[in-house]
Amino acid sequence: MKLYNGGKIITGLVIFLGIFLAPLAYNAGKAAYSQPKLKMPENEKECIESKEFMRTKHMQLLNDWRDASLRDGTRVYVNSKGKEFEMSLQKTCMKCHTNKAEFCDKCHNDAAVVPYCWDCHIQPEGLKK
Amino acid sequence: MNHTRRNFLKFAGLTAAGLCVASAGGVMAAGAGATYKEGAQALKAKRWGMVIDSKKVGTKEAIDVLAKACHDVHNVPNIPGKQNIMWIWAAGFEQAFDQPNNFMDEGLEKRQFPILCNHCTNAPCVRVCPTQATYKRPDGIVAMDYHRCIGCRYCMAGCPFGARSFNFMEPRLHLDVTKLNKDFPTRMRGVVEKCNFCVERLAQGKQPACVEVSNGAVVYGDLSDPNSEIRKILREHYTIRRKPSLGTEPSVYYII
Amino acid sequence: MLEKALKGSPKYYMWVGFLLLVILGTSGFYIMQLMEGLTITGMSRDVSWGFYIAQFTYLVGLAASGVMIVLPYYFHHYKKFKDLVIFGEFMAIAAVVMCLGFIVVDIGQPQRMLNVVLFPTPNSILFWDMLVLNGYLILNVLVGWTCLEADRQGLPHPKWSHTLAYVSIIWAFSIHTVTAFLYQGLPGRHYWLTAILAARFLASAFCSGPAILLLVIMLTEKVTTFKANVEGLATLAKIITYAMCVNVFFFLLEVFTAFYSGIPGHTHSIVYLFKGVHGHHELVPFMWTAVVLGLGSLCLLIPPKLRDNMKLLPWSLAILVIATWIDKGLGLLIGGFNPTPFETIAPYWPTGKELMISLMIYATGALVVTILFKIATEVKQEIGASQKPAVE
Ligand code: SF4
Ligand code: SF4
Repeated sequence: MKLYNGGKIITGLVIFLGIFLAPLAYNAGKAAYSQPKLKMPENEKECIESKEFMRTKHMQLLNDWRDASLRDGTRVYVNSKGKEFEMSLQKTCMKCHTNKAEFCDKCHNDAAVVPYCWDCHIQPEGLKK
Repeated sequence: MNHTRRNFLKFAGLTAAGLCVASAGGVMAAGAGATYKEGAQALKAKRWGMVIDSKKVGTKEAIDVLAKACHDVHNVPNIPGKQNIMWIWAAGFEQAFDQPNNFMDEGLEKRQFPILCNHCTNAPCVRVCPTQATYKRPDGIVAMDYHRCIGCRYCMAGCPFGARSFNFMEPRLHLDVTKLNKDFPTRMRGVVEKCNFCVERLAQGKQPACVEVSNGAVVYGDLSDPNSEIRKILREHYTIRRKPSLGTEPSVYYII
Repeated sequence: MLEKALKGSPKYYMWVGFLLLVILGTSGFYIMQLMEGLTITGMSRDVSWGFYIAQFTYLVGLAASGVMIVLPYYFHHYKKFKDLVIFGEFMAIAAVVMCLGFIVVDIGQPQRMLNVVLFPTPNSILFWDMLVLNGYLILNVLVGWTCLEADRQGLPHPKWSHTLAYVSIIWAFSIHTVTAFLYQGLPGRHYWLTAILAARFLASAFCSGPAILLLVIMLTEKVTTFKANVEGLATLAKIITYAMCVNVFFFLLEVFTAFYSGIPGHTHSIVYLFKGVHGHHELVPFMWTAVVLGLGSLCLLIPPKLRDNMKLLPWSLAILVIATWIDKGLGLLIGGFNPTPFETIAPYWPTGKELMISLMIYATGALVVTILFKIATEVKQEIGASQKPAVE
């Protein structure tokens, strides 16, 4: 069997693999990822749902909250323990988590996600000129 | 060889279809056993409507009071020039109503009328919106989901009342960001917005902002309830609506 | 066949390079628009659609116009169009690409564009427009490409491509009808709210579109060995003439209805466009230019002697294109939004940046046309179809 244009193909493959593996090479030897330390609310021990649930599902939850309160007019969330909360990012979540920079941004920055919540919603710290 | 490729493609197609079905039936993300419900204090109606007594708020100054109250609670910027955002503002008789009259009585000729979204029953803006970012709620309010709006501005062409504004630029550039209402968001560049009949205040049992500051000149209530105050006022006064011949059925009435 | 687009004369490379430079240069303005928002355009609260959507509307006409070649060929077996069909189809592809481009640059939140698909809304005409435009694009790519490939290999066109060609003929009418429905179903915009708008759109598309196509084909003849069937071209010119007559006729129907009834809503926009109101005359010179050029083009196209004069024809077509472009590209949108719902006049004029972004899309369209026509003409050369007589 003969490989046509073998030289070019192999060079191409090498370059591709090089680029593909660059991030690994770049991070080799660096300290392993550790979860960022978040600033937790001081007066509140328990969130509306369990920590694990909030960590993995808060985005879907907010998504559903939006549709439920805007479209269906159901603006109250009754959690699994029967406790009631107004479904509102600004008026509920951020009333306890009073510091976006020390809470939301910490993980979002590490994960390199830029949620567009704050294009409209006002962070508890307020906006600067 | 052909045979295996075909099988492979079939398999790939089936997998893709399966994935689509699986993701379409997405589950709601609520903690186990959690539910949604309406707030206990929320004001409710079958069809919200508004009567404006133009004899009582008939000047630019009086209407500016309503506009300020509205624009402050909803973080509506004031942008100089023709790309402004307005939820409620003042206009003369000919601008507001499609009934030119060469010999109008002096009072009417000078009078100003507060104009805002009419929350039409047959709202053309709802009809044309390609994403359901503008939608009709069961209580008659024509609401918007700014998260979903793609900014095509079809609704602006569709609305025959000029009630809608587009965020041509970042609205926060024209807001005093230190004086925002922190219980309500701003909007972002590239979406359309308009009066929301204070749907967020109704949910908390409050009257709309403009009604609150109007000293009774603006009355808000349930049009479907014959015993409501608004129906009583409509029975007792001669009222008109904007451009009724277009059949959009506005929910905002004007006492002339 | 794509490889044919990669090899060409130095002139071809220079032209492609020039287009790429234009696209690159003007895309800076688009980035600026993405960062600052549509505030860099001349649009306003009252004139909320402007130059972009006007170009979109005009180009949907260009896309639909290929059918004026495809229809006689497939439905009436008019063989003289045989070697022109592919150009009609390829032109349609470029036109739809530009249409989609103009939609994308017009919307405020382009990254959410897929919401139209994620939340399908059949009561919105924009949803249907999205469907028919993309469908038309796919149809033309499939039919055009397959037939060209078959020609190249000396094979008969596959059966299914015929079926699809028939579908695409009907489809072409649908794209422009649906685009007209975007406008003509809106209450309160009197200039648009007329049952004849769709018919006007089609008539103006079927004269201006083939006119542009014919001009591009004549240009193609200049720079390649391709030589279109002269009788075919003459027939196309005849089609253009008929369509332009119908176009003018439909417009006069509008004028009659408006002014004989005297209903202000119907007359206002026309008066604003042709005479000016409230001291605003922005569009008056343009509209009258359109009238003069439109009638002028008819004078040059109706007498067979003048129409068949291939030296004069490009000029007649060019002024026809300008006339229809002013009518549909400027007058339709600005006249539709003026007078505003408040019976006022809100003048609109595109800004320089807006024009630059439009140029970006036009250059992209030109690039697509160049590449597709290059492929088509090379294939024709390879198989010796419709070639200039050898000179030596
Ligand atoms: S006034 Fe305009 S924006 Fe408001 S509901 Fe009616 S059509 Fe829609
Ligand atoms: S601009 Fe937004 S709200 Fe208006 S029609 Fe488009 S998607 Fe709907």
